[in-house]
Amino acid sequence: MSDIHKTIEAVWKIESTRLIAGIARVTRDIGIAEELAQDALVAALEQWPEEGIPEKPAAWLMTAAKRRAIDSLRRGRMLAQKHGEIGRELEFQQQRLSAAMDQALDQVIDDDVLRLIFTACHPVLAVEGRVALTLRLACGLTTAEIARAFLVPEKTLGQRIFRAKKTLAEAHVPFESPRGDELRQRLESVLSVVYLIFNEGYTATCGEEWMRAALCDDALRLGRMLAELLPEESGVHSLLALMELQASRTAARRGPTGEAVLLPEQDRSLWDYAQIQRGMAALHRAQKLGGGAHSYALQAAIAACHARANTAAETDWERIVLLYDALLQISSSPIVALNRAVAVGMAQGPAAGLHALDAIAAEPALTNYHLLPSVRGDLLVKLGRYAEAREELQRAIAMTENRREHELLSKKLKQAMFMD
Amino acid sequence: MRFMMMVIPKGYEMAAPDVVPDAKAVAKMMEYNKNLQKAGVLLGLDGLLPPSAGARVAFTDGKATITDGPFAEVKETIGGYWIIQVRSREEAIEWAKRAPMANNEIIEVRQIFETA
Repeated sequence: MSDIHKTIEAVWKIESTRLIAGIARVTRDIGIAEELAQDALVAALEQWPEEGIPEKPAAWLMTAAKRRAIDSLRRGRMLAQKHGEIGRELEFQQQRLSAAMDQALDQVIDDDVLRLIFTACHPVLAVEGRVALTLRLACGLTTAEIARAFLVPEKTLGQRIFRAKKTLAEAHVPFESPRGDELRQRLESVLSVVYLIFNEGYTATCGEEWMRAALCDDALRLGRMLAELLPEESGVHSLLALMELQASRTAARRGPTGEAVLLPEQDRSLWDYAQIQRGMAALHRAQKLGGGAHSYALQAAIAACHARANTAAETDWERIVLLYDALLQISSSPIVALNRAVAVGMAQGPAAGLHALDAIAAEPALTNYHLLPSVRGDLLVKLGRYAEAREELQRAIAMTENRREHELLSKKLKQAMFMD
Repeated sequence: MRFMMMVIPKGYEMAAPDVVPDAKAVAKMMEYNKNLQKAGVLLGLDGLLPPSAGARVAFTDGKATITDGPFAEVKETIGGYWIIQVRSREEAIEWAKRAPMANNEIIEVRQIFETA
């Protein structure tokens, strides 16, 4: 890619969200708004290499989009009606559209961006549609970039976005931010989309690793945007805290050969302490706003316990058990219960951990989950019951499809071989 | 990827220790900072007092020598910085281009070394 194209791409990353949001204020349809913005981008790609980057690229793009909007209005009207009388009305509409877009150009208000995000994450859409549309509209990613990050063919991703835009249009979803009680509810949908994007990057184990890991940064960027747009919403700060605290360990999560390094074994000097500080500040903010009991806040508080400890042994496991108890009260997830059992094992000893684990072992959701035998194996090793431990670790190895985890478990099994 | 954008204000290398920035310039800068924040790219920022309020610690043969500012030999100096998280070097440069700088002022854009 030439330098000028890279620069245009960068301008697009910076301006596209506000551009699309501003146009959508006029068109009331984010699909059409996105197409007009894309047309403006195409015009920029044609003209900027010749004429240079304009001094005010955002204004240039908005003007180009306006021209396209008026063109398509004229064409649509021409096709629909052939009577001479329409001429004057068309002119009137053209003027109105032009004035509205000029105004949108003058001040894209933050609410427009918020509306854009809420619409992209609308519950009428399938979750994968929400994710794709959010990355496209609110993060300025291209279809190709999103496709690469999610390891699907570009065509599939394009269809996904097309379908999502069509669904929004057919359902006549208004370009609005919800208010009052509905805001909370719809915000949960937005936050879950953001967290999904984050986790897609955080758990990246295959494919083009960098492209996927960059999703973490996109999710964090979205989180920070939302924290500015909805400063009083504790849920936003909770999620941001959780993401910052988890992402702070990125450099320590992979060993020299790319193998996974689990939290207790991580070199804590590799953690990003500036990021931890940002996470702690966001968590504090969420708690001050009265949102400490939110699921994301509790998870962030658990991550904060790890972040505060200088070594794995110094971790406040008692507190982590309490936080998991609170988390289980809001959502009785077997995975959370499994993590709690690990914490109990650390806080009260392996026998207590095993006891907690046995209490949930019959959960159908855990039947094929490799972490159940894996955790059980760890606890049995600590209890000196090596023969049983080996059996559990072998079961875990048979269950996992992830190569990195496979390696990790095999290593543990090897260690258990020499004990008895 | 993260970048540090360093501001090099004109004449700052010789500014008095109690120099007060122009209120209008500060207001513009605050607006710019807000835009960085709204876009979700801002990780941190600080303004620095001039060299006349600082010192240099130079090392020769394992020995540290301290010189109080201002430093006659220094032609330009940093007045503050932003740390931003963006997707490319070009995006960092585009953000730098949007900063409200005065005539002949410079922003130096440098990528932060990442361990991972």
